[in-house]
Amino acid sequence: MNALPKLTATEARLFLREPAAWFFTVIFPTLLLVILGSIPGFRKPSAQLGGLSTIASYAPILVVFTLTMLAMNGVAPVLTGYRERGVLRRMSASPVPAWMLLGALTVLYLAVAAVSLTLVVVIGRLAFGVVLPKQPLGLLLVFLLGAASLFAVGLLIASLAPSAKVGNAVGTALFFPLMFFSGLWVPRAEMPSVLRHIGDFVPSGAATQAVQDTWQGHWPHAGDLATMAVFAIVVGTAAARSFRWE
Amino acid sequence: MAVIEVADLRKSYKDREVLTGVSFTVEEGEIFGLVGPNGAGKTTTVECVEGLRRRDGGTVRVLGLDPQHDRAELARRVGVQLQQSQLQEHIRVREALDLYASFYEHPRDPHELLRQWGLQDRADAEFRKLSGGQQQRLFIALALIGDPQVVFLDELTSGLDPQARRDAWDLVRQIRDQGVTIVLVSHFMEEVTALCDRAAVLDGGRIVACGTPQELVAQAGAESSLSFQSEVPLDLGAIADLPGVTRVTQDGPTVTVTGSDSIVDEVTGHLARNRQVVTRLRVQQSGLDDAYIALTTGGHQ
Repeated sequence: MNALPKLTATEARLFLREPAAWFFTVIFPTLLLVILGSIPGFRKPSAQLGGLSTIASYAPILVVFTLTMLAMNGVAPVLTGYRERGVLRRMSASPVPAWMLLGALTVLYLAVAAVSLTLVVVIGRLAFGVVLPKQPLGLLLVFLLGAASLFAVGLLIASLAPSAKVGNAVGTALFFPLMFFSGLWVPRAEMPSVLRHIGDFVPSGAATQAVQDTWQGHWPHAGDLATMAVFAIVVGTAAARSFRWE
Repeated sequence: MAVIEVADLRKSYKDREVLTGVSFTVEEGEIFGLVGPNGAGKTTTVECVEGLRRRDGGTVRVLGLDPQHDRAELARRVGVQLQQSQLQEHIRVREALDLYASFYEHPRDPHELLRQWGLQDRADAEFRKLSGGQQQRLFIALALIGDPQVVFLDELTSGLDPQARRDAWDLVRQIRDQGVTIVLVSHFMEEVTALCDRAAVLDGGRIVACGTPQELVAQAGAESSLSFQSEVPLDLGAIADLPGVTRVTQDGPTVTVTGSDSIVDEVTGHLARNRQVVTRLRVQQSGLDDAYIALTTGGHQ
């Protein structure tokens, strides 16, 4: 049986046939980095950002941007769509269980996010002098935990959404507050403390802070790890329990 | 040998009883039809047999396996074409067949299936670009990719044009000739008459009749009718007394005789013996369509 690699390869090809999917997850974060990086002031250290340059403080946000985009505009609409179209049911009638398709999508999305992360790190370093992540092992842990927590939210949407239309709409609508708390519009360091504290309990906010910390060579805060772990486990379990295959 | 044995199969959705004790057997190598009106429980029945749905009661054995407990083993040995399912929008025909081939230990050759089902020209087309008939043929090919011993075809020819439908029938016979047992869900009587060795008529969640298409017609007691015109007055009383005749009516010069299948021979024999010449002779023999209406609730409406 080579179902999982075959399924993953097939889903990867389907992903590449959707320009909007790969553009917003692979190209767009790096494009944003390049645009921000070409503003000279953004490359200089800023006291407001704790001595980091604007571009260096945005790199972690872009990493979380990709994960959030994959969860809200990937996991949620793709799974509700597959359920609505009967793709999951057709697989259930084969010897390979339909959850294998969820596994294949997870592998694919992690690979897409890893490519996007690598692009941000490499372009950031080569073009704009952003330091390489100083705690790569910690970054890997945060990357996986952040992905687990955000994908769990996407899975919960897919579990509860009655139709693909609703799954799509809810995913898109949730994308904006999630990215707000990660600091896409107002960097976390410049947020009023109330908003920043709320963000600590939102997976995208906690993930951004933890990526930032590991990038600068610190071990992530236990609170941020806990937020992500709780979302991954609690929301993930709720989603798995309520998931419908048809 | 019975390949499928279903006894007293029951299934409810919430409070609604959908199957109220369905029993039938399917013999090895036959094409077995499951017919009935919409909502009769046909799809629920096959889905319980395939293991896609859990039954609430009764026993089901397919190739000696219980679909509920040995689902994984069963999935390797049966092929399924589902009603109203679709694939990923962007998946190509060839990719879909290759993908499903990778799910089985001894799959059939995808290229051969593409050719057999007339899809070789569309091998690189994305699913969303296929016509309804092409999607249907792809699903049939997917049902066969695992080289199954039993194939379930749910509304096989819906969406196919008349020529494609007849081609599909030929291919179904070919599948059977290779020793595969086929369960065909249909509400299309012509299909059942043309293809099935035996069929069960399902109505209101139970089997109301089961047998060969000919037996179903006989069992339904559906009537044949014979009409003709005569220039001279006939002794209608004598015709009404013939065996099998239930009714004789006259409308102007046209006489209509209704009764069992045998009345055609009886009436024409009677007219010949009495040297009575009639014109515009029309025979309407009952078929499975009539039997179906007579057997299902459609007949009471």
